[in-house]
Amino acid sequence: MVLLKMKFNQQRRVRLAQGLWLLSWLAVMSGTFVFCLGVYLKTELVRRAEVMDNTEIHVVPNILMMVGLASIGTNWVASRVCQDSLDASRFPRWKVLLLAWFAVAALICCLLLAVVVLSYALQGRLEESLKVGLRNGIRFYKDTDVPGRCFQKETIDRLQMEFRCCGNSNFKDWFEVQWVNNRYLDFTAKDVKDRVRSNVDSRYLLDGVPFSCCNPASPRPCLQYHLTDNNAHYSYDFHSEELNLHHRGCRQALTDYYMDLMNSTGPGVLSVILIQVSVLLSMRYLQTAIEGAMALESPEGDSEGYLLEKGVKETFEDLKAQVLVMLKFDQAEAKAADVCPEAAEAEKGADNAAEKAASPPPPS
Amino acid sequence: MPFMPVKFTLQKRVKLAQALWMLYWLSVIVGIFIFSLGIFFKIELRKRSEVMDNNESHLVPNLLILVGLLACGVNTFGGKVCHDSLDPMKFTKWKPMLKPYLLLCCGFNALLLLAALLCFLMQFAVYLTLAEGLKNSIKFYKDTDTPGRCFMKRTLDTTQIEFRCCGNNNFRDWFEVQWISNRYLDMSNDAVKDRVLSNVEGKYLMDSVPFSCCNPGSPRPCIQHHLTNNSAHYDYDHRIEELNIWSRGCHEALFSYFSGMMTSIGVLIVATIALETADMAGLKYLTTALDTMEDPENPECESEGWLLEKSVKETFSLQLAKLKMLGKSNQVEEGGNSQGTT
Repeated sequence: MVLLKMKFNQQRRVRLAQGLWLLSWLAVMSGTFVFCLGVYLKTELVRRAEVMDNTEIHVVPNILMMVGLASIGTNWVASRVCQDSLDASRFPRWKVLLLAWFAVAALICCLLLAVVVLSYALQGRLEESLKVGLRNGIRFYKDTDVPGRCFQKETIDRLQMEFRCCGNSNFKDWFEVQWVNNRYLDFTAKDVKDRVRSNVDSRYLLDGVPFSCCNPASPRPCLQYHLTDNNAHYSYDFHSEELNLHHRGCRQALTDYYMDLMNSTGPGVLSVILIQVSVLLSMRYLQTAIEGAMALESPEGDSEGYLLEKGVKETFEDLKAQVLVMLKFDQAEAKAADVCPEAAEAEKGADNAAEKAASPPPPS
Repeated sequence: MPFMPVKFTLQKRVKLAQALWMLYWLSVIVGIFIFSLGIFFKIELRKRSEVMDNNESHLVPNLLILVGLLACGVNTFGGKVCHDSLDPMKFTKWKPMLKPYLLLCCGFNALLLLAALLCFLMQFAVYLTLAEGLKNSIKFYKDTDTPGRCFMKRTLDTTQIEFRCCGNNNFRDWFEVQWISNRYLDMSNDAVKDRVLSNVEGKYLMDSVPFSCCNPGSPRPCIQHHLTNNSAHYDYDHRIEELNIWSRGCHEALFSYFSGMMTSIGVLIVATIALETADMAGLKYLTTALDTMEDPENPECESEGWLLEKSVKETFSLQLAKLKMLGKSNQVEEGGNSQGTT
């Protein structure tokens, strides 16, 4: 029982070849699109690599880039096959390659689907990575004199200004770390000594935030220090003040940004999958139609094109049988190597006798 | 004696037509590019119009948009003429339109020249508008409760952050204005009263700057207030402190941004003038080569193409004579009329 059979006359075959040629060039362009998308996403992730703890999320752009390149190559081969398809002398050399081509095209579709799934599934891991990365960033904010960490302050400041966020979960994260370097603290001043002694780790903790937390949209000049003290500022209430600083935490801001980026590419990737699947199906029809036509006595006649020669179940069982035969063949070879040479010779002798008995007697 | 004649065989004519067709389509793409540059420039001016007092002149971007559209139209027509030029039947319908088309191209080139000149000259206008606009912006920074100016603070803060600048010429401009609204000043406080009474106009002046002047690259948390008082901060000397706040003024920063944009657009327009001139020369050669075919029935015959039918001097004196004739014919008519009426 043939799967999805279609009749093709010469004109339809020509049309199919032309249409598939155009479609495969469209698929090459969509492969380029996927590759560029991967490059863009990777660049964005690498830019903020300093506030991320691990690079697990990089698997999404890496797969996109690989699949983009593979798709360009595969669809270019498809266009070459189309060009040669209507020439009976040049088409047979592609026969062997086509089986591998189908496997690669199917793999590309599966990988693209996996990318769409991964971009949703990895959101939790991204948040975890950002949580740890930002926590370290805030902790090392003051270490502008430590080699390897001297640009942490600038990175965090620029991040908070660009993404309009403050701290890890919110601005109170800054109250828990010492973000002013000891070099700029006057340890002879009473205020400083009191603060340092007031906690176990001898850290200079403030209820203040860096300037990069300030919200430019606030009608009031920014209040950075003594945030919890209502009396320190005129007409100020800590609990009802909303516009003074950025409200969002940087973890939330960055996660939202990356999720938006990946979600907006979702429809693009899905349409690329659609294009690739249609190229795959059309190529199968073209292959079967052309092979059918070449087997006919008059190559200009009608032929049939189909997706699978037998039904889905039967094709699957066929494949299974083939794989098993290949495995058994390997197993049989291994067994023969283990057995003693004499036993092998005895078997050979028995085989020959059986063959002689089976073969018809010579005409007398 | 034609000016710059060139002999053409059939193959040369075909090659010229093809090359000219591609050149025209390149010119169309350049026209689209100029159009988009005009739109980009217009958007940038609109974005920064608040720090320019909404006074900025949109002449240059409007002219660029017009020039871009015209370039697309003119060059598409030229490309169509080239495409039809090697088919004698199609070409005959374009023939009468060629002279006015070339005159139109000359006018278009003059317009391009004007646009390039304006790109360079209008930079002075931008310089002056920015100076005035920034001075007013700093003055109205505190007026976040005045309708029409409530977003001045946000605009100026984001401008200072984006362009990494502080104040108009430098950060001291902030010392001369009151940039904190009276709503947030406790007028019953002695310190506040002292400051307000210390100057003639009753303004609350400080040696402080807004947070947007802070430089993130500074190793030290930003010092915004009491900038000129060394003893207010530990280990601080305001004369040698360089990284704390931005040292560049926003006037310089914004002007260098806009002037860079305008200069590169001007250079692109000069290149477009060269391209358009090449297009015109090519078209003139092609049309004259097709016109002077000795045997119109035989496409393989040789022909000659030129830029001007006579030499430059003769063409010029011919045109002058034509103009004079025009003037004289008017006079003769007038004389005839006056004779008729008497």
